[in-house]
Amino acid sequence: MTNEQRTAEQLTAKQLTPEQETAEQHRFYLNLGPQHPSTHGVLRVVLEMDGEWVLNPQPDIGFGHRMHEKMGESRSWSQFFANVGRMDYVNAMAFNHGYAGLIERAAGIEVPLRAEYIRVITAELNRVASHLLWLGAFILDLGAFTPILYTFDDRESILDILEDITGSRLTYSYFRVGGVMKDIDDTFIEKTRGFIQQLRSRFPMYETLVNNNVILHHRMKGIAVISEDMARQYGVTGAVLRGSGIAYDVRKNAPYSVYPEFNFDVPVGKNGDCMDRYLVKFAEMEQSLRIIEQALDKLPEGEFRTKVKGKIKLKPGMTSFSVETARGELTFLLIGDGSEVPYRLKIRVPSFSNLSVMPDLCSDMLLSDLVTTMGSFDLVIPEIDR
Amino acid sequence: MENLCGTMVRIISYAVIMIIFGFANAIIMGYLERKLAARIQRRPGPMEVGPHGIYQLFVDGIKIIGKQLIVPRDVDGVLFRIAPLLAFAPVVLPFIVIPFSQKLQARDFNLGLLFIVTIASINVLTIVIAGWASNNKYSLFGAMRSVAQNISFEVPVLISILCIALMTRTYSMQGIVEAQGTVWFILIQPVAFIIYFIAGLAETNRNPFDLPEAESELTAGFHTEYSGFGFSLFVIAEYANMFLVCSIATVLFLGGWHGIPLPFFEYTGAVWFLAKVYILMVIMVWIRWTFPRVRFDQLLNFSWKYLIPFSLVNLLLTAICIKLFPLLKEMI
Repeated sequence: MTNEQRTAEQLTAKQLTPEQETAEQHRFYLNLGPQHPSTHGVLRVVLEMDGEWVLNPQPDIGFGHRMHEKMGESRSWSQFFANVGRMDYVNAMAFNHGYAGLIERAAGIEVPLRAEYIRVITAELNRVASHLLWLGAFILDLGAFTPILYTFDDRESILDILEDITGSRLTYSYFRVGGVMKDIDDTFIEKTRGFIQQLRSRFPMYETLVNNNVILHHRMKGIAVISEDMARQYGVTGAVLRGSGIAYDVRKNAPYSVYPEFNFDVPVGKNGDCMDRYLVKFAEMEQSLRIIEQALDKLPEGEFRTKVKGKIKLKPGMTSFSVETARGELTFLLIGDGSEVPYRLKIRVPSFSNLSVMPDLCSDMLLSDLVTTMGSFDLVIPEIDR
Repeated sequence: MENLCGTMVRIISYAVIMIIFGFANAIIMGYLERKLAARIQRRPGPMEVGPHGIYQLFVDGIKIIGKQLIVPRDVDGVLFRIAPLLAFAPVVLPFIVIPFSQKLQARDFNLGLLFIVTIASINVLTIVIAGWASNNKYSLFGAMRSVAQNISFEVPVLISILCIALMTRTYSMQGIVEAQGTVWFILIQPVAFIIYFIAGLAETNRNPFDLPEAESELTAGFHTEYSGFGFSLFVIAEYANMFLVCSIATVLFLGGWHGIPLPFFEYTGAVWFLAKVYILMVIMVWIRWTFPRVRFDQLLNFSWKYLIPFSLVNLLLTAICIKLFPLLKEMI
């Protein structure tokens, strides 16, 4: 049945007045994606439109489904470890951190203190890299091409630093259960300190040229307001939640690793619009730099890894481990049956719940605003599809 | 009969020269834009073909001519094919009345300014044809946006042009340039210049008003389905349109070919004219690579709520001043 036939049938079934009938006939469907520049991946959003107005956006996910959860249920940790980084390739370090932490908790493994510090430093560096990518891509969605080349320049320095110790630039798999793959050296510390200086010197430029731009303000202020209630109902996390004024950050509220030892703030917004989400994310980069600085100062000597076998017996029952990724709260939930392979592995990814707000939030909105909203969510599609 | 032959030769030679000029302008501006964008983004830009990549655009041109013209299955074949040609035609015609220098002008007739404005408005129709014929919702969106945008921005353009016409009491391009022998009109009519330039940006679909081809929303807007030379004709037309808008601005506000006298100034005045035009075009490029895009309703609001009222007030003030100054002179 074609769309027209379906609409015609609905019309006769509904007994509409002539005005309503013309309104119904004016509606049409627009496929945003799966190949579209502003979905940043293979996400398809079916938009019911009336002219430029989006009446009902329905995300259609699963184009990149790779059965990561199922694979996790048939492999030991060392066989599955590389998979977790592939879910969110932009912030792979946080996913590695979550999975390593989960297995350590499920098997009762102690991690040396130095390893925890190295984990925090690299994870935060990766977080800044992810935020820089988002900053450029978001402004690109708003139509300004230039900022992305500057943020990529900064991100490049992070990738170079991480490449030296991890050997790769995107999906690191640098963490191991029981520590990290390789110790960091003095050149790494020196380079990281240099990078912190470099990025801090760039912030004023971003602020004056990007954050204070009049057109940008007009495009973001008051767009797609998520109220506190709505944010809680949908279980959004990360900058989307903090933009609505709720100061929830896993690193503060349910600390893992050595995060309690550092001083840092959780930036929050007030109105819950795109502008607040943008400013929250922007401010988070500085907080990550603060954490890295403190971790470098306090870095203890010692082992960087306890030797752990490739196959460990996981304790029976439920274990969960949550970390804060660049996009929000990531939770690994594992049900063990005493063998090396989990009986069930459930991964709760932030982008999935952040995207779930969209049908409610973006109804009766202009197409351009929908693109802005999607940009402010910082979606990574393979993470949603898993 | 002799007369007719002469006219035909003149028309054909004019058409050939102008089409060549249109392509040359696209090559120069394409190179300038890529280099300037690269400079703004701190990268070298094209560097491989020739010194500093100056042959890059020629190579690109050859490549794009060699490309297959893809006509998708469900498009309106005839309209789809003629739309790029129609886009190119109206931007070549108005060059008839552009005074490059005192003598370098194809025709100077007393309604030159109106002639330009009239022909330039055809541009919208071609975008609509392209958008409609493509049978693609994104293309149609681009076409719809472009119609609304051009209609609402033509009004402030016309009103600010009218201010100058009131002062010079002529629509002849040469006449307007000659009236600026002592002082350029940008000093007398700064508001009209700013309004004209902003509206001109919108008329040429340049950022921050590039809504008909907003790539993050509409993939590529009205030319989504075009490839190869069809696509490049749209690009050439866009650059030619930019040249047109900037040359009108130069004639109306920046004194046309006036400048420091050179030998054979009746012809070499074109140097100053082209310099001014290209400076304006460089400013357009600069704006494009440093500003985000405005939203559709904001764009229309900006025109109807700010540009049009301001230009109307400006027109009124101009009219009053023109009436008052002679009276004041008499009284003194």
